[in-house]
Amino acid sequence: MAWPLAVAALLAIGAVVWVARPFLGEPETVSDRLDEPGEAERRRLELVGDRDRALAALKELEFDHRTGKVSDGDYRAQVGPLRRRAAEALRALEPRAEAARGRISEAPQPQ
Amino acid sequence: MAALGRAALLLAFGLVAYALVAGSYAAWKRRRRLALSAQNALLAAFPATLLASVVLWIALARRDLTFQYVAQHTSHSLPLGYALSAFWGGQEGSLLLWLLILTGYAALAVWLNRRSRELVAWAVPVLGLVATFFAFMLAFVSSPFVTAPAPADGAGMVPSLQNPYMLAHPPMLYLGYVGLTVPYAFAMGALLSRRTDERWIVITRRWTLAAWTFLGIGQLLGAHWAYVEIGWGGYYAWDPVENAALMPWLAVTAFLHSVMIQEKRGMLKVWNMVLVALAFGLSLFGTFLTRSGVVNSVHSFSKSPIGGWFLGFIAVMVVFSVALIYLRLPLLKAKTKLESLVSREATFLYNNLLLVALCLTILWGVVYPILSQAVRGETRSVSKPYYDFFLHTFGLPLLLLMGLGPLVAWRRASLRALGKTFIVPAVAALVTGVALLALGFGSSVPGLLAYTFSAFVAAAIVLEFVRGTQARRAVAGEGWWRAFAMLVARNRRRYGGYIVHAAIVMLAIGIAGSSAYQTVREQALRPGQSMEVAGYTLTYRGLTQTQEANAQAVRATVDVTRGGSHVTTLHPGKNDYPVEQQTSNEVSIYHDPRNLGDLFTIADQVPSKPGGPFYLKVLVKPLVNLIWLAGFIFVGGSVIAMWPDAVEQRRLAAQYEPGAIVA
Repeated sequence: MAWPLAVAALLAIGAVVWVARPFLGEPETVSDRLDEPGEAERRRLELVGDRDRALAALKELEFDHRTGKVSDGDYRAQVGPLRRRAAEALRALEPRAEAARGRISEAPQPQ
Repeated sequence: MAALGRAALLLAFGLVAYALVAGSYAAWKRRRRLALSAQNALLAAFPATLLASVVLWIALARRDLTFQYVAQHTSHSLPLGYALSAFWGGQEGSLLLWLLILTGYAALAVWLNRRSRELVAWAVPVLGLVATFFAFMLAFVSSPFVTAPAPADGAGMVPSLQNPYMLAHPPMLYLGYVGLTVPYAFAMGALLSRRTDERWIVITRRWTLAAWTFLGIGQLLGAHWAYVEIGWGGYYAWDPVENAALMPWLAVTAFLHSVMIQEKRGMLKVWNMVLVALAFGLSLFGTFLTRSGVVNSVHSFSKSPIGGWFLGFIAVMVVFSVALIYLRLPLLKAKTKLESLVSREATFLYNNLLLVALCLTILWGVVYPILSQAVRGETRSVSKPYYDFFLHTFGLPLLLLMGLGPLVAWRRASLRALGKTFIVPAVAALVTGVALLALGFGSSVPGLLAYTFSAFVAAAIVLEFVRGTQARRAVAGEGWWRAFAMLVARNRRRYGGYIVHAAIVMLAIGIAGSSAYQTVREQALRPGQSMEVAGYTLTYRGLTQTQEANAQAVRATVDVTRGGSHVTTLHPGKNDYPVEQQTSNEVSIYHDPRNLGDLFTIADQVPSKPGGPFYLKVLVKPLVNLIWLAGFIFVGGSVIAMWPDAVEQRRLAAQYEPGAIVA
């Protein structure tokens, strides 16, 4: 009867150490703040979502046109607005991408 | 041993409760290390639960009758495979299986998505909440590790559970039921963290598809088990517990379609949250129905006191989900509007309305007798005609929509384009309908419609593959086979989905053939006498008795001929289980390769004296084997749809990495 309890006690000790590991294994200097996307990051994600949706819609439209589900007239009427939307999202993202590239080039390079 | 099992369960309870409490506090106060600690607790709960499960399996394998659970569900004469399957044959073991799968899924989901910290931080306490409920039930209310002095022999297992399908059917269903916790946890996590973009959908897409596939396979295995084991000649009886598995499957089917509209158009965010919560709530309700003994069912193998706990927990989860969705409504506004009622997204919307309507009417059929009993004290039952009516009303239009949807373009479609794409499937359906009518299939209108609509859908699917391959050849200049392979490989979700649609068509044809056009006859026969059924002649020769490991078997010998030629010899009969003190019908089936149907024989009454009348029931079920074949196609399509796409993975990694460069 003793060995099952000994095994259980060992398991419980192992579990406690595992659960406490984040507090045991890191120096105090590391920030304890859980990352949260800021307003800029949220906006970036929104724009990326818009861009991806517009590009996917263009791809779908092309495919539907080639397979005969969209007539030539419908294709012409829809392709313009979709291209504009994709371009707008790409333009809105461009300064952010430039800024990110800038941050990388300014960062110290490994020797 | 039992002490080790109890200790492991207590440890699992402590860990998941810590994941709930510490995880909630960490996510609320934005404490990174505490959130990681809560994640670790959730990860550690799996080995603890696994240890408890191994203890139970060892006790079952050894027939350790000091465990009350083992004594109640096995006996010394029960074969080892069935003894091991007793793990999920009773209530306590089923709850342990729930927790084992849940902690396994939770550990995997948290580990795979550990980089999406803000979402995982909130998903951990939601997963912890569900796991805490089940661990609490197992540790304090309904433990499989209760011990008592061992009886001389155990009570054995219900005969109908002594079937190879029972080794796979319940675990498959549980993999499906429990799997729905993961999308639910991440959806609620998205609401709690205010991250209502498509990230949670991307994370849970494959989890949802996997859970849905397991639920589908589990139901098909259950249907086949009922067909070969229960001995009444059918595969689905609208039993409350069968319905309990069908309802979440329908809700997830709706979600898998509507989520595409959110991904492509930024619409239906509230609806998708509602569907995820509904599917999860129905999976809990299904477990409650199966294990509480609140309804009379072929699955009510045990009555138990856990019903109140389950109902309370379901109520808590419903209130929590509704309140959270309501509070976050401002974050769930649609970005665009439906442009036309004739578009792909509109057909998805119609499909969603029909699926949810079917799901809710089935729910009402299940709940009404319970409410009637609880409120008025009257015993009412909702029977087959109710369900058949709604299956025809909602199911047949759904079948047709499955063919219409893929042919309609996204956003809007002109009548001219529709006419062009619809012509081939419409002609196929018309020719099929007229031909069947001429051949006398008009005896069943729903059956005729099911065949006609199936022809439309099948033609639409073939057309989609052909046109897609042609379009790819025109652009990439590839050969037919390469173009076809690349088309599927580059659009796995779409074409995997079409293959699943093909499986549903096969299922519909199989159901229509075997129910609307089946032949049933019953006759008392003495040795040497014959009966005629749908072109077959069945001659009863006599009875034989044999002693099996755990049952006494009586089998009839029935020779089957067709057109004067011998086809096969069938052996329907009965098994008498002395330990369980029960008798079961043992059916005998001939699979006819000509029409993919079955000649199904049941020994309705076995003579008590030699030479007495033997009551033979015979069912001829055309096309019934298409239902089981559909299962393989269904799995194939699902695997293609969930197969990882490296190009998409790279795109998503770039999109969701903090500070990623996008261009």
